Amino acid sequence: MSKKVKTKWGIEGDVKDVEVSIADDDVEPWGYDAKLAVVGGRHRRPGGDLIVTGRAKYTFDVNLPGMLWGKILRSPHAHAAVRRIDLSKAKAVAGVKAALARVQVGGHVHYAGQEVAAVAAESEEIAAEAARKIEVDYDVLPHAVTCEDAMKDGAPKVLENVENVSGGRRPERERGDVEGALKSSDATVEATYSTQVQMHSAMESHGVVVRWDSDAQMTCWASTQGTDAVRGQLAQYFKLKRSNVRVITEFMGGGFGAKLGPGPFGVIAGELAREAGAPVKVMLDRAEEQTAAGSRPNSIQKVRAGMNKDMTLTAWDIDAHGTGGVGGGWGLRSPMIYNFKNVRTKFAQVLTNAGSSCAMRAPGHPESSFAVELAIDELAAKLGLDPLEVRRKNDDHPVRRREYVVGAEKIGWKNRPRTGSQTGRVRRGMGLASSRWGQMVSTGAEVNVVCYADGSVEVQSGAQDIGTGTRTVLAAVAAEEFGLKVADVKVSIGDTNFPSGPASGGSVTANSLAPAVRLACDALKKEIFVVAAEELGVKPAELACADGKVAPAKDPTRSITWKRACGLLGGEKMTRSGKRFENYKGYTEEIGGVQFAEVEVDTETGVIRPRRIVAVHDCGRIVNRNGAENQVAGGVIMGLSYALFEERRMDRATGAMVNPDFLGYKIAGPLDMPAIEPVLIEMANGRNNVGLYGLGEPPVIPTAGAIACAVLNAIGRPVRSLPMTPDKVLEALES
Amino acid sequence: MGKPRKEVSRRAFLKGAGAAGAGAALLGAGIAPPKGPPVLKKKNAVSFELNGKKVGVEVEPRVTLMNALRNHLDTTGPKNACDRGTCGACTVILDGKPILSCLMLAVDADGAKITTIEGLAEPGKLHPIQEAFLDADALQCGFCTSGMIVGCKSLLDANKTPKVDDVKAALAGHLCRCGTYPRIFDACLKAAERMK
Repeated sequence: MSKKVKTKWGIEGDVKDVEVSIADDDVEPWGYDAKLAVVGGRHRRPGGDLIVTGRAKYTFDVNLPGMLWGKILRSPHAHAAVRRIDLSKAKAVAGVKAALARVQVGGHVHYAGQEVAAVAAESEEIAAEAARKIEVDYDVLPHAVTCEDAMKDGAPKVLENVENVSGGRRPERERGDVEGALKSSDATVEATYSTQVQMHSAMESHGVVVRWDSDAQMTCWASTQGTDAVRGQLAQYFKLKRSNVRVITEFMGGGFGAKLGPGPFGVIAGELAREAGAPVKVMLDRAEEQTAAGSRPNSIQKVRAGMNKDMTLTAWDIDAHGTGGVGGGWGLRSPMIYNFKNVRTKFAQVLTNAGSSCAMRAPGHPESSFAVELAIDELAAKLGLDPLEVRRKNDDHPVRRREYVVGAEKIGWKNRPRTGSQTGRVRRGMGLASSRWGQMVSTGAEVNVVCYADGSVEVQSGAQDIGTGTRTVLAAVAAEEFGLKVADVKVSIGDTNFPSGPASGGSVTANSLAPAVRLACDALKKEIFVVAAEELGVKPAELACADGKVAPAKDPTRSITWKRACGLLGGEKMTRSGKRFENYKGYTEEIGGVQFAEVEVDTETGVIRPRRIVAVHDCGRIVNRNGAENQVAGGVIMGLSYALFEERRMDRATGAMVNPDFLGYKIAGPLDMPAIEPVLIEMANGRNNVGLYGLGEPPVIPTAGAIACAVLNAIGRPVRSLPMTPDKVLEALES
Repeated sequence: MGKPRKEVSRRAFLKGAGAAGAGAALLGAGIAPPKGPPVLKKKNAVSFELNGKKVGVEVEPRVTLMNALRNHLDTTGPKNACDRGTCGACTVILDGKPILSCLMLAVDADGAKITTIEGLAEPGKLHPIQEAFLDADALQCGFCTSGMIVGCKSLLDANKTPKVDDVKAALAGHLCRCGTYPRIFDACLKAAERMK
């Protein structure tokens, strides 16, 4: 059943009166002129006090009575058959309580770092020592750890009985006449753009602590983005009832897409704990984390593109491939937001004997964005066109159109030098790039809201906070509804004992939960208004919550305190739940995001130094302003790190990853920071009763493209390969 | 060929490893190495002052200070993010100087005065640096935060009026994957202001 309500949605300069159809049980959405006391403000993170005092317990910190440490032995070979596994010497080490083999004799390992066996012991040190005493005999087989080697004629099969290359023979997509369009275009570019394998590199590695509470019941602390996913998969693996598996993630140290299940280490911990009759902690060390815990695939993109003097994007022909290691998962989103008139895309996935890829923050997007943005700027340069005008001509997304204007003003786009016009040693340039993301949501997500007799309030969700500030969003919405402050609301999350929340992926968490919080609060307010109305001698429909009081909206002087109203409910506490309905229509249904970069390039050393990055993004209703700005800047930093520093290096001869540590795999540090200016577009978007949407992924998408375009502007030459290291810059200058 | 290398017996090497190895690291940090007999026992009684309290553990020589704190004393504020001195997450203050606790053996901390993130605040109150981090929202997942705050504390102990470049240099060895560096710099400068 549905009802029609009137609301205002839009952005500054484009506000519309609209009528929307919402579910009968839903509350009216906050419109453009909604006066909100808490939502949209700046708040301290609930739970932040535990983090800054070192009292927050991450999975890595969980120490249980009698707990053992698990350690995994991993294959040193990129491809091998296992002939013998002997655990006896490991088991003989004093303090070892369990040991298992992960691969059967006769089985194969397919990448250096794959799990082969494991032990559990009384200390971390003993477990590591014992793991080294596990004896394994391998028949080493030929491997291929680069795309090139895996694609050669006669390349060794990466996996038994599977072709190394899939796809790429026929186009996925074909529209119009690409060849004809290229011939008749005013400018064309034909080039190969490449991006590297990127490691998630969260500061807390993957891991779990598993405790068997009985033969049929388990508690698992997990550093995860998906408490429900870990529960479901552990229950399935160990043949337990889901009701008998509890997963706890009170705090976790980053995921970025890699932590969406228990992983091999999770089931290994469960097996060891069962054998030992004691809880077992398995946390990957940094080398394991950088080798065997996921990555963003690379890409080699052969592009032929065309543009006309009038800025029409005439043709886009891409033939691309890349590797997701042994697990696949490769894909591109080329050509991103741009509607080229004639398009042909061909994509091939290549298996290699390397760790499997995992979804990484906006999978396929940063890699696609880099290539298409740079190609468009190369075309614009050939035609003497302003890249900003090219974007504006080819993009009718209402929010991005505003973002181009705002961003250009802030970066000072009118001061952008003509491409290739500089001659000094250090040359400055500006570039921009755009992004899109879907407004995805996990419908059916539920939350509980609890009012206690003393007026204290709690929001409960099984979902986790991976650093994005989920707690703040939940608290802010409840505080808004109840006329309280964020600090008055306790947020309990990350426990599958609470109602089911979404996995934190696709930028869905906040927007799946916040509207459900409003509904739970609404149900509680209905009860509170009944008892408060009786107390005040008015009708319940006249009442409202504000400033810690319950009072008639038209006469706030007659009031009782929130605390008193909760006491009138009777009983120790009252709990109501709210559920996330489907999205309805909105002002936009696609997330935007535009970034402008200003860089300096030292033409003697080849070093690129970003000076300023203006990142203009939208997230619908801004609920947690600090969190939103933090998220945008955080995405920019990961994006610039991807653009300039990071790369997994595989040794072709040994098949090993040569840089599984923070010395050789460089992520951006404090000395690498430009001035970063996050700008959020104020908007009321509709689509749900809060009107917010996700912001976790968009800010990482356009950064590399914007920087690459800025470099082209600065030195007049494209650097078409990520990371844009000094050697590549110098090579481009000499070309 | 030249003179043969002086033979070092394994026992002699192990005798000197604890004190000498950690000593070199400490000298690099400008701290005098601890005195006392070299340790050889499987379990060694180590005691030090931790956040104002005298504590003791019994550890093998190979246990790092980081793991003595985290695994033996349930002091999990300092984090294990790399275990080889490349990220700063395990930073503690030892005898007045910031050190990477993963690069120090517990046996070499005998007699030291150690402050971890847990020891910064007085009971019931937050340290101004902690307040500033919360006000500036200078964290996301929080795993790097202990190290960052301890790093800031060390800076402000030595320099009460830092500029942003001083903050960047002091924190240069601290990694944050969520990308909160600029907010951390702001928080540190804010704290310095408040602590004047």
